[in-house]
Amino acid sequence: MSSSLTTEPSNELRRSPLHDLHRSLGASFTEFAGWWMPLRYRSEIEEHHAVRRAAGIFDLSHMGEVEVFGSRAGEALDRSVVGAPSRLDVGQARYTMICDDSAGVVDDLVIYRLSNERFLVVPNAANTSIVARVLNEQAGKAAVVEDTTSSWALIALQGPESSTIMNSVTSYPLNTLSYYSVVFARIAATNVLLARTGYTGEDGFEIYCRPSDARAIWMRIAERGTSLGLRPAGLACRDTLRLEAGMPLYGSELTRDVNPVDAGLGRLVVPDKPGGFVGDEALAVQQTDKSRRVLVGLTGQGRRSPRCGYRLFDVESAQEVGRITSGALSPTLGHPIAMAYVNRELSTPGTQLVADVRGEGQTVVVTRTPFYRRPPVPETSTAVDPGGQA
Amino acid sequence: MTFPADLKYTSDHEWVRIDQDIVTVGITSYAAELLGDVVYIEIPPPGTRVAKDSPCGEIESTKAVSDIFSPVDGVIVEVNELATTDPSIVNRDPYDQGWLYRATLESITSLLSPSQYAALTGDPA
Repeated sequence: MSSSLTTEPSNELRRSPLHDLHRSLGASFTEFAGWWMPLRYRSEIEEHHAVRRAAGIFDLSHMGEVEVFGSRAGEALDRSVVGAPSRLDVGQARYTMICDDSAGVVDDLVIYRLSNERFLVVPNAANTSIVARVLNEQAGKAAVVEDTTSSWALIALQGPESSTIMNSVTSYPLNTLSYYSVVFARIAATNVLLARTGYTGEDGFEIYCRPSDARAIWMRIAERGTSLGLRPAGLACRDTLRLEAGMPLYGSELTRDVNPVDAGLGRLVVPDKPGGFVGDEALAVQQTDKSRRVLVGLTGQGRRSPRCGYRLFDVESAQEVGRITSGALSPTLGHPIAMAYVNRELSTPGTQLVADVRGEGQTVVVTRTPFYRRPPVPETSTAVDPGGQA
Repeated sequence: MTFPADLKYTSDHEWVRIDQDIVTVGITSYAAELLGDVVYIEIPPPGTRVAKDSPCGEIESTKAVSDIFSPVDGVIVEVNELATTDPSIVNRDPYDQGWLYRATLESITSLLSPSQYAALTGDPA
């Protein structure tokens, strides 16, 4: 055992408004992007299975919130991100990305249109400041950009039982809330923003609420959900859930070294926007460059998974052809799954590669993502899964 | 967190039970909790020579890979196949069914008492 393990948090770390509740639930905590957040409550594998089979409740209060206001807020966002938020209807959400001038990914995020003149942008915790800065630069005097992260707590309810549980805590008619949409609703006598979004590959909800209301909302959901198999779920299982769902993680699959097309998310790019967007020229050039590596899914055998940073080799030439960005033993599938950037000619599903797993060569096979797809349920939306974010 | 009184501990978060010239080695409940769910354990087969304070295997959880260190100079005489086939036993029962391996004891590293080890983990003894 390594002796570098630690449980001592730095006092610099931010705590969620639900911190004391997590402690009372026996959570183990981890540092995540400057926050001290629940890693797991008991077993992360059991939490993972609970989300796949019933439901899990997550505290995601570390996620950033940046709001953009004004009659020209949509235009400002269109110049900032690769998509076209100005074309969203009120109540719609979209997964999108911000690039730098070289088309490198600055962050992946979800944008909700709350009204004609108000958008809620949800970046990754580590990128909130940079996202607010980019939006401010692009907004100029055309829109008001405000980092409202400290005004919001975020609770996610994810899993096949999540709509049943949500139905028991809100009077909002959930059959009218389709995937990737958002409404103002009431839960536990509080006002919330209720979104049908998530990062697990399951049906589910994300509840944006006042920090002071978070505990009452969590308790009400737990009270109604526990008999249906709901469990508190930490960031450890969130990572294996998103990986099974083939969703990229900022800092692993998404960095400034890759563009959205490299990451297999070219469909997010709206090229015909009148004002263009940051990185559009570089992206147009890079898209024709066939020497760029592309993101692929990989599956292995046994129980020993390739992990982030492990090297990949061509079977015949033994040349290094890429690096693993994420990897884990899939709790649902029972075998290793991973993602990696490889040369385009090696990206065809079925291609065999060799991963260097701590000195031992392990054969892995390029596989289409998602690795796991939830069974179809008639009453949920049939919208194509747009990916996700951390 | 309490640590069984009949065992000795190492600063590598392993426990050691000494029975004359044979040691039984496992990881502590503290280590198991920090690792999270253990999914893979690799220990070399009986007959393998191990060296004191050197890695002799690895233990892998959902999030991390750690070396297993040998507290002794000696030879592995038995590997717990229950732990290698169902690694979650290390989380569920680290001191009994979740032992990792047995080895002959020729020379042993410096060991900690339960209270010394508790202090190392930051718990008041």
